[in-house]
Amino acid sequence: MEFVSQHPVLVVSIIKIAVLLFVLMTALAYLTWFERKVVARIQSRLGPLYVGAHGLLQPLADGLKFLFKEDVTPPASDKVAYLLAPFLALTLALTTLALIPFGPATFNILGQPTQLGISNPSLGLLFVFAITSIGVYGVALAGWSSNSKYPLMGGLRSSAQMISYEVSLTLSVVGVVLLAGTLNFDDLIGAQSGRWLHFIPRWNVIPQIIGFFCYFTSAIAETNRVPFDLPEAETELVAGFHTEYSSFKFAMFFMAEYANMITVSCLATILFLGGWLSPLSSHWRWPLYLPAAGLLIGGAFLLYDALARNRGIARIQLTVVSAIALVFGLLCLIPAVMVVIQGLFWFLLKVGALIFFYVWARGTLPRFRYDQLMDFGWKFLLPVSLANLVVTAFVVLVLNR
Amino acid sequence: MTLPLLLFFVFGAVAVAAALLMIFVRQPIHSALCLVLVMISLAALYLLQGAEFIAAVQVIVYAGAIMVLFVFVIMLLNAGNEERTNFSKMAKYIGLPLSILMTAGIAIWVARAGSVLASPQHAPDTAEPTRELSQLLFHTYLFPFEATSILVLIAIIGALVLAKRDS
Repeated sequence: MEFVSQHPVLVVSIIKIAVLLFVLMTALAYLTWFERKVVARIQSRLGPLYVGAHGLLQPLADGLKFLFKEDVTPPASDKVAYLLAPFLALTLALTTLALIPFGPATFNILGQPTQLGISNPSLGLLFVFAITSIGVYGVALAGWSSNSKYPLMGGLRSSAQMISYEVSLTLSVVGVVLLAGTLNFDDLIGAQSGRWLHFIPRWNVIPQIIGFFCYFTSAIAETNRVPFDLPEAETELVAGFHTEYSSFKFAMFFMAEYANMITVSCLATILFLGGWLSPLSSHWRWPLYLPAAGLLIGGAFLLYDALARNRGIARIQLTVVSAIALVFGLLCLIPAVMVVIQGLFWFLLKVGALIFFYVWARGTLPRFRYDQLMDFGWKFLLPVSLANLVVTAFVVLVLNR
Repeated sequence: MTLPLLLFFVFGAVAVAAALLMIFVRQPIHSALCLVLVMISLAALYLLQGAEFIAAVQVIVYAGAIMVLFVFVIMLLNAGNEERTNFSKMAKYIGLPLSILMTAGIAIWVARAGSVLASPQHAPDTAEPTRELSQLLFHTYLFPFEATSILVLIAIIGALVLAKRDS
């Protein structure tokens, strides 16, 4: 207890890290479920169905399967780099999320005012780029250390792709930084508050629509997702850089990919979609009840689904899930909680929409050819984002005169 | 011992150990990775001094760009373990004593200047150093700064011309 009173900041940070890590790991697991369900719908299939009601326990089963599979290390591999690569990939992917602010509200834990986010340095954006820029090593090392030709090709392709698209990714963000004049996430979101003509939110998507397009396209390429998933094109490269990885090391790459998706969507939300700001007017009172209403209606629907359409274990599982939703919904009706939850609600809603967009793209678009990919990055995306930057800088200069 | 001081010793030790490993490890990729570790721990040391901007740029430019290029080239060349030879006579009788002398010289100089170095000149202020830096770069030293960037551009074009000559 004495330690707690002596180092309140440290203790609160550790609590926040533990909570975020728990929530994040669960979110990562259920993101795979979400993706499989959505892609299945797009392809007129049903998706995971047998493990638990609606396949809800599938992520758990997958996790256990990864844990109990035989862990094969190729004898000709470079042991140090081979072990280092998945750790590097996952650690860096998770570290970035420590810099993301999830909501504006400050509240007290152990008498210490804190924010919904672990750290908030004044140069937050720059630190995110610093951490993601080292992310290439995980992939490159995995490809090289496996000492096998498909991983090497996959690793080389993927690192070349990540380096190429990082240029236009960074350039597309500079426009937003110029408009706000800061690199701090709080201030970046604060600069987007207010409205044009009293009803259009002043989010950066509107003046920076080209920047948003460039950012999101390069972000998909940066995270090696369809249609830019050349590094792991099954038809040519087996599984790309992680071909030789098995068991939980493979799962770590998998988790890193999804964590990167979340990070990139969070960044897009903060930079272009107004972060935790609500799109609805603050004069109205009813938007305050939206999170509670969403959870309560969702919970009620689940309860109906459980009791009317399911039997046996599935009925119990769905009832438990709906009970959790209902309890959280009721919690959101408490005035103190309601205020704290507002920012978080809008933030997560926007991030969720972007992640749905990711999955949608995966279900719809065919893969690029490698030379098309490089041409697109260097000859289209880079000039467009550069032009966007120059025009933005010019406009900011003229308006500030 | 305060937390910043403890962190200083941790990252300092990591930097020195990684620098030594970089020289003694025989696999080129491992050497490159050790160098990355040196860069990152140096960035952490900058961060402890309150120079957030320099720390972030150090990681982005050195660890994220230059060293990636190094690793890339080593991977593409598929360079094997480096070969060791015994010390040549020159290295043994001139190089070794000279390097020891130089290290000792630097150590003595740092020990004398230590009292100056240890006390921070001004309290770590996060926004101001960045502003000062950009003032220096884009106002006071604008011409040398732009001249350097043109020099780099010329070097890139030169490399392209040399590489394209055969085909």
